[in-house]
Amino acid sequence: MDSPEQIKARVEAALPGVQLELRLNPAVPAESSLVVAPAHAVAVARFLRDDPALRLDYCSNVTGVDWLDATVKEKVKTRRLVAGEEQEVEETIERKRPGYLEVVYHLYSVALRHGPVVLRQRTRNRFEAVQVASLTPVWRSCEFQEREVFDLFGVVFHGHPDLRRILMWDQFQDFPMRKDYVEPDDYEYEPTPHDEILDKARRHYPTGGTA
Amino acid sequence: MKREADEQGLIGALSTGDISPDQPAWHIASPQPLPAPYELKPMPSGTAGLEGEVIEVSIGPHHPSTHGVFRMDVVLDGERVLRLKPVFGYLHRNHEKLGEQGTYLSAMPFTDRLDYFCSLTNNWAYALAVEKLAGLNVPERAQYLRVITAELTRVLNHACMIGFLLQELGAMGTPLMYAFREREKILDLFEALTGSRMMCNYLRFGGCRCDLPPGWAEQCTRVVEGLPRFFDEFERLLATNEIIMARTQGIGVLPADLAISAGVSGPGLRASGVNYDVRKVDGYGIYPRFEFGVPLGEHGDVYDRYMMRMLEMRESVKILQQALRDLPTGPVIDPKAKLRNFRPPAGEAYGRLEAPKGELGFYLISDGGPSPYRYRIRPPSFINLTVLEDMCIGHTLMDAVAILGSVDIVMGEVDR
Repeated sequence: MDSPEQIKARVEAALPGVQLELRLNPAVPAESSLVVAPAHAVAVARFLRDDPALRLDYCSNVTGVDWLDATVKEKVKTRRLVAGEEQEVEETIERKRPGYLEVVYHLYSVALRHGPVVLRQRTRNRFEAVQVASLTPVWRSCEFQEREVFDLFGVVFHGHPDLRRILMWDQFQDFPMRKDYVEPDDYEYEPTPHDEILDKARRHYPTGGTA
Repeated sequence: MKREADEQGLIGALSTGDISPDQPAWHIASPQPLPAPYELKPMPSGTAGLEGEVIEVSIGPHHPSTHGVFRMDVVLDGERVLRLKPVFGYLHRNHEKLGEQGTYLSAMPFTDRLDYFCSLTNNWAYALAVEKLAGLNVPERAQYLRVITAELTRVLNHACMIGFLLQELGAMGTPLMYAFREREKILDLFEALTGSRMMCNYLRFGGCRCDLPPGWAEQCTRVVEGLPRFFDEFERLLATNEIIMARTQGIGVLPADLAISAGVSGPGLRASGVNYDVRKVDGYGIYPRFEFGVPLGEHGDVYDRYMMRMLEMRESVKILQQALRDLPTGPVIDPKAKLRNFRPPAGEAYGRLEAPKGELGFYLISDGGPSPYRYRIRPPSFINLTVLEDMCIGHTLMDAVAILGSVDIVMGEVDR
């Protein structure tokens, strides 16, 4: 099978205006992934499924990843004047990377028996711009798995036919798989006679934990 | 694989590898083409003048036919299923979050609780993903022990799955007890080897936890030698049973293209005639060394899915015989593998294998720390349920129960 770099070149040649980003994977280089913008995701997915050399007809795994705000350290070489003469100096600069949510698709080909090709979509941030494109119209196996990512990570899939919570109950508010998720003090809000929970309730609730 | 029932033309459609193009006469024609999902099917034309209304029934979560705490919201027209929505989450304990909070090794006992019938294949799938991430090697003897325990697990799971399916068809107890009798022998082997009958927690990254106790291989050989007799008995009892054939043939047909698109895996995919077995495709572990066939179905109905399990158990016995014959001596764990302070380098890996229920995958992202940044399980039971509605529409409610039984789910894995 083609390497991720070759697949990236094929997709960009076939679909004008589409840009893919290669995300390198140091552990398993053959499983480096292709990051696609949500606006082009469905077109790229259809191409990957229908292209005769790839025929990735089997979407095995769909999952989300939560990346918090982080400071990335990069080493940059710059030229500057040191002691009167210009020299090349290596500097470490710190860059703030805003957090985002990511949806990862592992694609295989049943027809040609190869894979995986890893496809990723990213949201703009973790708060209000959390939309990506749903690939359920391309691979039906995304249906329940995208619902799960919506349920546990809070990614909203445009074009999903039935986007509801799947594992948590419908009234649940938060997204438990996010890295900054905080468990509620007591799921049932009925202070049980344990000292620890009563203490928490006294601190948090105006009635002091009595109904 | 010529058998008595085969010569009567009764299971001629099912064979190993090759599919005969002509459909045998005994097979009931498939039902009408399936309506598109997400649309409520209009009432059939012949019922226009008749009184009656569509009713919605909630089956479960504590119904004996739902394999645990699983619920189906079914819209019924009389007895016919118009719509079916599965409802999950009653057993959800956010296993993935637990996996991200502990160390890599501390997630290993949790994997036992996913599909609690098949803890050893769950262990292997997780170990496979971690070994891919960290680039660990597995010694020869440990590879054989993994294959032996995995194939015993497959026999155990398939036998019990057939027992449960027949229980749902009304064969109360008898086939299930026959299956449990064999399961008991295999669980005794697991207990002697791992100290636990179901929650085995046996594999470690880079090998297995301990070596075989004295006499284990001989006892295992005796159990494996006894299995074909059990299969013959089971098949004589069931394969040509008139009631089973009437209740399962032509019911819950899953077309091959839908099965692939919906990510169905395992015996359910191969029953639809798709030749895709991860043991052959990926050749993980030492599977390329063994000779075994991949049984394929033709119609993709409940009977084919049941028959897939029967035939796969026989193939598992072939693998077991070869593995027990060739079992080498040596260490069972790579001496360089670290159990404590295990920190794989940054990166990510997706490891998958052919579990008895389908393709079980683990997706791990490491940031170089002692616990995984992302720990994801690809559960075959959960994804195989995607097409439950498509298989059930147009059939009666009692058939929906049989179709659910033929998918083979365990809620510990569906809800995680």
